[in-house]
Amino acid sequence: MNTLKVLNIISEQDPEIFDRIDTRRKAMHAFSGLGKKIALISAPFMLGTVLNKAYGQSPSSSVIDVLNFALTLEYLEYEFYLKATSSAGLIPAGAATAAITTIRDHELAHVNFLKTAITGSGGTPVAKPIFDFSGGNGTGTGPFATAFSNYQLFLAVAQTLEDTGVRAYKGQAGNLINSDDVLEAALNIHSVEARHASHVRQMRKANNFGDVKPWITGKDTGGIGALVQANYDGEELTTQAGVNIINIGGQSISANAASESFDEPLTTAQVLALVDGFIAA
Amino acid sequence: MTKTNDQRQIQSDFDLQQKALGRRKFLRNTGAALTAGALVSMIACDKDDDNDGVNFGSGDFAILNYAYALEQLEAAFYIQVITTPYTGISSAESSLLTDIRDHEIAHREFFKAALGTNAIQALEVDFSSVNFNSRDSVLMTAKAFEDLGVSAYNGAGRYIASVDYLLLAGKIVSVEARHAAYIRDLLSNGSFADSTVIDANGLEMSRKPRAVLDIAKTYIKTKLNASSLPA
Repeated sequence: MNTLKVLNIISEQDPEIFDRIDTRRKAMHAFSGLGKKIALISAPFMLGTVLNKAYGQSPSSSVIDVLNFALTLEYLEYEFYLKATSSAGLIPAGAATAAITTIRDHELAHVNFLKTAITGSGGTPVAKPIFDFSGGNGTGTGPFATAFSNYQLFLAVAQTLEDTGVRAYKGQAGNLINSDDVLEAALNIHSVEARHASHVRQMRKANNFGDVKPWITGKDTGGIGALVQANYDGEELTTQAGVNIINIGGQSISANAASESFDEPLTTAQVLALVDGFIAA
Repeated sequence: MTKTNDQRQIQSDFDLQQKALGRRKFLRNTGAALTAGALVSMIACDKDDDNDGVNFGSGDFAILNYAYALEQLEAAFYIQVITTPYTGISSAESSLLTDIRDHEIAHREFFKAALGTNAIQALEVDFSSVNFNSRDSVLMTAKAFEDLGVSAYNGAGRYIASVDYLLLAGKIVSVEARHAAYIRDLLSNGSFADSTVIDANGLEMSRKPRAVLDIAKTYIKTKLNASSLPA
């Protein structure tokens, strides 16, 4: 099948076809002229997918993929906190238990909300994975094996999960730009995860578990160390959209403040690699 | 049917051209040398004859100017907090509130730089309702500003056409949420994400731009014209 010809035929009927099929301005350039021929002829099997997305039901399958990705992370967080609050003697009674319970309940609410959103969009929610919170990929003997008996380690994992969750949602925003309602819901979850991260970091500081602030300085793990360094790599940016934030506009802004002022995203692949050890199957 | 990025981009380009055209016409008509500030306000007034005040522009510029206005407000507030610290401020509080001041200044200056000649003017603030000697007064105001800021960014995301600007807003809003949680915990430990801002689905509140400005205007002396912002 000559896919270029097919597209040309469609474009006669639907002059906006090239607008519909492309999601980025750059992509439109790729579809015009020589770039268009090469792109389409070299990957004809893509056409069905592309057209499906252009004309398909809203939200598109890619939006459901984003929601299922988010659901997987929320399953992980909820089960982590559920196990923690069920582990006698782990979390001190009072404010600490109250805070972790609040966070746990938000994660459960996110799980349920996302399941409903996926089903309502005509998708199928992914099943909950089997988790290994030791980070041992199913062996149960990973570096976090004592997280449900060691409060310091528990809060270290909690901080890392929350900070990584913030980065994960942020990384999906662009994928949702044409689905305003889903985008807004994702933003509404994203800021909740950031509030959790802020509080868990304060809990670690109050317990002298790490010299940590509610925000992320450079790519500092807050004393957790090499085990989670990859979760923080990339947070140290001090340039945004080509603008140097250090001393911007003649103001006295340190490199630390410049990096703290902006949280950085992670791609789907980066997040999946980071949480891989927690997913047994 | 949802807008494609191109449609949004084209609209944004179109708006930009319109704006540039208007400016050229204006310059031709006056032939006078004007300060940048005066130019911005003249263009602003030109757009809405029956509705004065600072105009935010159109398309993504409007949303970015809206964020710029809020960051101006926040920065001015924390600058005052650090200049005249409240009675009994601890060294930890002073240190982290100074961090927040610097974050807000960085945000403000970033938007100013990103907007370039499309930026609204520097806004005059009014903090006469705040008692800067009082920890409660300062922190309650900070809480209101931070919660408002998060809800504003959450509500504005859907109106941003550019993927790059959407991501930048995302990079900022989570930092505002970190501030909000910290300030709330200073006032009442454990209130970092309580039911006044998070609903039963675990979702944080969003506010529409005009609703946000209705709240913010108490603290902004400069008259704003929200007519180009989504209702």
